Amino acid sequence: MSSAPAPGAMLRDNLWTNNPIFMQILGICSALAVTNLLTNTMIMTIAVVGVMGMTNLTVSLIKSLIPRKVRMMVQTLIIASYVIVVDIILRAYLPDISRALGPYVGLIITNCIIMGRAEAFAQQNPPLLSVWDGVTSAFGYMGVLLAIALIRELLGFGSLFGYQVMPEIFEPWIIMVMPPSAFFVLGIVIWIGKAIMEREGAPA
Amino acid sequence: MNAPDINLIPLLFASIFTSNILLANFLGMCSFISISKDMQSSNGLGMAVTLVLFLTSGLNWVVYHMVLVPLGLEYLRFIIFITVIASMVQIIEMVIDRVSPKLYITLGIFLPLITVNCAILGVSLFLEIREYTFLQSLVYGLGSGLGWWLAIMLLAAIRKKVEKGPVPAALKGPGITVITIGFMAMAFIGFGGMLPVQ
Repeated sequence: MSSAPAPGAMLRDNLWTNNPIFMQILGICSALAVTNLLTNTMIMTIAVVGVMGMTNLTVSLIKSLIPRKVRMMVQTLIIASYVIVVDIILRAYLPDISRALGPYVGLIITNCIIMGRAEAFAQQNPPLLSVWDGVTSAFGYMGVLLAIALIRELLGFGSLFGYQVMPEIFEPWIIMVMPPSAFFVLGIVIWIGKAIMEREGAPA
Repeated sequence: MNAPDINLIPLLFASIFTSNILLANFLGMCSFISISKDMQSSNGLGMAVTLVLFLTSGLNWVVYHMVLVPLGLEYLRFIIFITVIASMVQIIEMVIDRVSPKLYITLGIFLPLITVNCAILGVSLFLEIREYTFLQSLVYGLGSGLGWWLAIMLLAAIRKKVEKGPVPAALKGPGITVITIGFMAMAFIGFGGMLPVQ
């Protein structure tokens, strides 16, 4: 990455050509589990956007104070602190969703994308640019997850954001609610994404 | 505390097969996909994950129920759990290095990776949410580790074959791997109704 990347190019890079899920298959651990309902996915990814932006900001601000040897641990603790904040907010304002997400909110801590961006970008760049990087990467992540959740909820429950959209006659696909379908849909989404990228001539 | 009434043996089998931590709960995917290219590394990582899971699930149970709950500090559990895991990994690394340099060569490089493996933290969080007892926690930790190990070995073997097959260019690599995992998940979860875990 060059020393002073342009914010516009970064946006495109993080949302599409270097999308954390398509290109790096990072952070799908905690994510696949919540993609059977759009609402849960939305809340989860918004939490990731917040945690990622704040983590990148903090890491970037104190980067000169962190000894190189323990930086991984420090980054993890910074992420964990923000995740605790998110968890408390969810419990207070959205108790139902907090219960549905279960342990997966806590698992944002070990989401490799957050750690990866803090390490690869925020360590070397000024605070504001780091926030931008964190937020755009998280939006790239959000886009893919929402696409998966859209397919799964539509076919699995016949609804979108909890509203019935499919006609009565539609028989829900039980498999779409179950874990294996998350893998199938993710695989197909990656396939489509990469195929479009190859057609564009981007280095895949 | 109302611990769920589950026999230890079904719990062990459930955590290895039907509720495989990886295939049913999607935990530990990152290192799973990147490491499973190679059989030998998969074996090493699987072993390391099993060891760390077993030890941390017991330790985190003790820390949560003996320290955090009495002090009313449950909301700090994320930070405490991840710190316990990181220190545990560090200690295991030092012990293995001292006791068996040969094993250290096999496991050593994987241990740092494990701190950020979601499966470890995930199991600790499941213990707390499902209110397992101490013994149940140990069994669940061990079973999840073994299940993870089994899954990564199977995937490493399948990937070896798939690599030689005629896969469309855009589907190569991560795409086909994820779909393969999907089929594995179907096979594992197929017997889900027989063994409850919570």
